[in-house]
Amino acid sequence: MSNLFDLLVAGFATGAIYALVAVGFTLLWQTSQTINFAQGEFVMLPAFLMLATMHVGAPFWLAIILGILLSIILLGLAFKMLLVDPMMRHGVLPLAIATMALAIGIKESVKQFYSAEASPFPSIVPTGDVSILGHAVSLQSIGVLAVAILAVLGLTTLLSRTSLGHQMQAAAQNPTVARIIGVPVERMILLTFLINAFLVALASLLITPIYLAKFSSGEVLGQAAFIAAIVGGFNQVRGAIAGGLLIGVLDNLAAAYVSTQYRAAVPMLFLIAVILFRPQGLLGRAEERTV
Amino acid sequence: MKSTLVVGALLTVMTATGAFAQAIKLANVAELSGGGATVGTNWKNGIDLAIEEINAKGGVLGRKLEVSHADSQSNPGVARAQVQKALDAEPYVLLGPGYSGSVKVTAPLAAEAGIAQIMGGEAAELTQTGNKFLFRTSFGQQSSMPKVAKYIHDEMKAKTVAVVWVNNDFGRGGRDVVVKELDRLGSKVVADLSTEAGQADFAADVGKIKAANPDAVFVYLNEEESARILKELKRQGVTAPLMGETTLIGQKVIELAGDAANGARGHVGLTTDAPVDLVKAFREKFSKKYNYVPDHNGLKGYLAVYMVKATTEKMGKVDPKKFADTLHGLTIKAADEPGILMDVTFSDTGDIDRQSFLVEVVEGKQVVKQVLPKVK
Repeated sequence: MSNLFDLLVAGFATGAIYALVAVGFTLLWQTSQTINFAQGEFVMLPAFLMLATMHVGAPFWLAIILGILLSIILLGLAFKMLLVDPMMRHGVLPLAIATMALAIGIKESVKQFYSAEASPFPSIVPTGDVSILGHAVSLQSIGVLAVAILAVLGLTTLLSRTSLGHQMQAAAQNPTVARIIGVPVERMILLTFLINAFLVALASLLITPIYLAKFSSGEVLGQAAFIAAIVGGFNQVRGAIAGGLLIGVLDNLAAAYVSTQYRAAVPMLFLIAVILFRPQGLLGRAEERTV
Repeated sequence: MKSTLVVGALLTVMTATGAFAQAIKLANVAELSGGGATVGTNWKNGIDLAIEEINAKGGVLGRKLEVSHADSQSNPGVARAQVQKALDAEPYVLLGPGYSGSVKVTAPLAAEAGIAQIMGGEAAELTQTGNKFLFRTSFGQQSSMPKVAKYIHDEMKAKTVAVVWVNNDFGRGGRDVVVKELDRLGSKVVADLSTEAGQADFAADVGKIKAANPDAVFVYLNEEESARILKELKRQGVTAPLMGETTLIGQKVIELAGDAANGARGHVGLTTDAPVDLVKAFREKFSKKYNYVPDHNGLKGYLAVYMVKATTEKMGKVDPKKFADTLHGLTIKAADEPGILMDVTFSDTGDIDRQSFLVEVVEGKQVVKQVLPKVK
């Protein structure tokens, strides 16, 4: 039983990171119909940006700030202006393929210019345990959960409680009408890209101390977050959050109670079941799009 | 008349440079680029250092050693092509590759050509195929794992053991031998956990170890995964002593795992930290020449060349056909051939028997705690 508790805590901690990444997926999809297959690499890169700034001599806290800023510029602004905007007019599919190419490009560049070997990455949370309900829970898991929950709460508050959030919602739901009533749709779309970049940088900061900084570490993450987004509902931020947590827990339970060899298969099977029986996702809305 | 003179002069020149013409040719194929670049570069530098030393002292049986280096790009396919090319030049002995996978695909070529191959691979199966031309420079799993099992049973006094291994040829090979040996000695394997190569999340595996509550944990993963599981073991507060092989306590693992590596122990066949004077001297010479401290692959390359020297001197002639036969069953003593660093015996299958070391990570440094003697 104590084992189950540990597994749930670890699963929620990993799931919270998946959720951050999955939320980014849905944000980009909702506002600009971008399916970003480089999302995993977007999580891998900020860690290397932070490591690079630390190599130049910056202390860790400064490296975090610079890393997040650089991520917002590169993975938010530059991604939107240099790749999404020019490709968008050709449709969703060419853009999706372009993001796959971008994923390969980022991965190979990190391998080429940094190293093919893994590097250690400092943790923002000190190691140690606290006792919760008689169970020793690591500070790292709690830290990861806390940061992820704060980020998600912040985002949902922004979207539902502020005027800016309402404008973003409007731009996502019906850009034409939003434009008529004076919402700066283009700026709102850009904002979602910047928010996505911030979220992936945060996820990178949380997961890299555990997974190590490696050029290929985005593959697993991108896939898990993509499954999480579909399972939860691609068109709902809360769906992506639920999907992320669910996949994290499911993955850990599968590894413990099924087998490590088949752990990756269990979320996949779950994904197939969701697509078959509830294609809009657990919390998603059925969407009707004109063709 | 004039032309005869010219020919005569040429002949004189050729005879005068006879030592060069008669050099003993070795061919090295190693991982000089790609994922195994660290392995291959250390191996190559070890070879070059040994050859330089031997040639400076007059060579082998009065003949200089010469080596050609080819890059396998850490790719078995390329390794095969490069070995074929190297064999076409009819070398005396083939050196390398370092990766077991590359050795596996190149060994049949060398055997067919009847040329001895001295390599760096450690997978158990390499020397179990009846190949009469293949020789190791380090322990295969069938030599190292019994020592590991014995240490877990005798020294750690573990009655129950959790075994974590990576699901590939390397991991499975080691796991099979160690589980068998533990069983024979009477230590019970209470958790037998297979993990995937490249696995990032070890929370569930460590959860299972915790639930099994073993007296000791044997970890047999590649370097990166070792670092990740060490961190997770610390994170979940597992206090059972950890035992592994070179891959658990290597310098790279210590760098990646930080203080989570402290206390981990491992059996190491070759280490430049060994408390052996000749090894220390090697480390110093190597570091002076290349400006970095070699890993065990540097030692392996160095030893490979001295194996060639000792075997050739034992035969008393340079005979590629007889080389393998002579090396089988040969014991080379460090007292007679200091370049071999430690006494070593080669079996009929090309496996080696040599003393080895028990290393513990103490405050981020490898510390040799015990010298484990030769088996025979």
